[in-house]
Amino acid sequence: MDWQALALTLKLASVTTVILLAIAIPLASLLVLGRGRWLAALEALAALPLVLPPTVLGFFLLVLLGPRTAVGRGITAILGHPLAFSFDGLVVGSVIYSLPFAVQPLVAGFAAIDPALVDAARLLGASSSRIVFTLLVPLARRSLVAAAVLSFLHTVGEFGVVLMIGGNIPGATRTISILIFDQVEALDYAAANRTALLLLVLCFAILAALYGLRKRAAWNVWGWK
Amino acid sequence: MEMSGQVAPAPVHELSVRMRKAYLGEGASSFTLDVDFTAAAGFTILFGASGAGKTTLLDCIAGLQAPEAGRIAIGQTGLFDSGAGLNISPNRRSVGYLLQSLALFPHMTVAQNVQYGLDGLHESERQTRCGQILEQFRISALASRRPEEISGGERQRAALARTLVTRPRALLLDEPLTALDAVTKSQILDDLRAWNREQQIPVLYVTHQREEVFALGENVIALDAGRIVARGSPHEVLHRPQSETVAQLAGFENILECVLVAGHPEQGTMTCRVAGSTLDLEVPLSRIDQSRPLRIGIRAGDILLASLPPQGLSARNVFAGSITSLQQRDVMVVARVNCGAEFEVHLTPGARESLHLEPGGAVWLVMKTYSCQVLQEN
Repeated sequence: MDWQALALTLKLASVTTVILLAIAIPLASLLVLGRGRWLAALEALAALPLVLPPTVLGFFLLVLLGPRTAVGRGITAILGHPLAFSFDGLVVGSVIYSLPFAVQPLVAGFAAIDPALVDAARLLGASSSRIVFTLLVPLARRSLVAAAVLSFLHTVGEFGVVLMIGGNIPGATRTISILIFDQVEALDYAAANRTALLLLVLCFAILAALYGLRKRAAWNVWGWK
Repeated sequence: MEMSGQVAPAPVHELSVRMRKAYLGEGASSFTLDVDFTAAAGFTILFGASGAGKTTLLDCIAGLQAPEAGRIAIGQTGLFDSGAGLNISPNRRSVGYLLQSLALFPHMTVAQNVQYGLDGLHESERQTRCGQILEQFRISALASRRPEEISGGERQRAALARTLVTRPRALLLDEPLTALDAVTKSQILDDLRAWNREQQIPVLYVTHQREEVFALGENVIALDAGRIVARGSPHEVLHRPQSETVAQLAGFENILECVLVAGHPEQGTMTCRVAGSTLDLEVPLSRIDQSRPLRIGIRAGDILLASLPPQGLSARNVFAGSITSLQQRDVMVVARVNCGAEFEVHLTPGARESLHLEPGGAVWLVMKTYSCQVLQEN
């Protein structure tokens, strides 16, 4: 068993989830509270990683973050190393790849809150950020849990993006899903079997816990309406 | 928001509203909300049927919606001015607005709800103000309860306290007491009046119930399809309604299309014939525009019923007819009587029994001249 790959996967998923929530809460609030035609474009952009093949996303990121573009060169100058083929690069890729899984449940949760509550808060002098943290987040806390769990699991299971921008460097970018790919390629089916089973059990346990929570109170894990 | 610590009385400022906004109702109920009025300190009742544009008007004053044109101000402070491109956001208007749904925050206690609008104050000041207002509205005992754990009347009080504790410069109330029983309602109104004696700010109170108009009324503005159709004291607006919509709201069950037959200036009366009949009504002499439709409104409770031909009456309108239907509603009997035109008459179950009234039976209707109200839109 390659515990290093497992630890790396969990670390990547945790870091990605924290960053995603920090991005998705204001983004979802903007989508729900904001007004204007451009919001539709923003919402489409936030949902794009859902339908785009991971390899397309990974390829664009690889090119964008590599030495061929000004952005890539700028990042390299700041970090001292290129983002591609590094753990930081994986985090960037994962955040973009799992963005819809954090944004969609939050948008559904925020949108389900009675708009009169938001109006009442405004009339009492509250700023938008105060409304988000005193009303939206506490009232949609179940959606917040769903967003966190789904982002985490989706990051654990990603493959295409990681392969494209991370490569396969043990301890730096080799996650469990890459490890399985490796093991199968080396025809080590027994090892692949163990690793795959571990991933399966992990994901199943977390999802079962999440849906168990839902049973006790009616709530919406998956935000399509 | 002005949040000074001392309990200095706020300077008295008028709320002035002049605005226009397209109101998109369902189907044919679209119209332009077009109003111009000022409200001094004290209660101003905004009276009208649902769909008259009352809530849209309040939303515009509070900043939740924007008018297409106009100016809204409290004293010298502009809140909205289409000419100057001014539109202060609702959280900076210092306008207290009690929404129809109350919108208490369900995850907070009553005290937390009440303190929500006091964010800029010190903890101790917040506590003091919250304690005072809870006391004033008699809900101190409920401070640590959540909205779902208290009654409808208590929720009204909590929502009022939450709005008033911020010391708004104007107060908007959207049918706040509709769902309450009469006793609870009048208690809350008393507390609200007591509060406003100290604060002296303009209060706009929206309702479609005439009892509330009389209970609170100093000034009434009647709104119909986006326009002000009447204003004045409750008595002026409701007992002498000019507009048919207001008449309906004010409880004129009988509204008859009429044509003028003759005026009798020396007697202060005029004769009007009910359209499509030979029924001539004697009504008070009024200034009317002959080119426009004329209607006469008569309250069902103001019509007398007799089972024998009445004699020696001062009333000038006596008509023979027959009962088409009798219906018991609660403790009231609703009779429909045809005497060339159909009238609705309200009487008590006792009167029905002693007169032995039955459908098809012959009766006489008696109406005083001054029970007939001439209605013409102005």
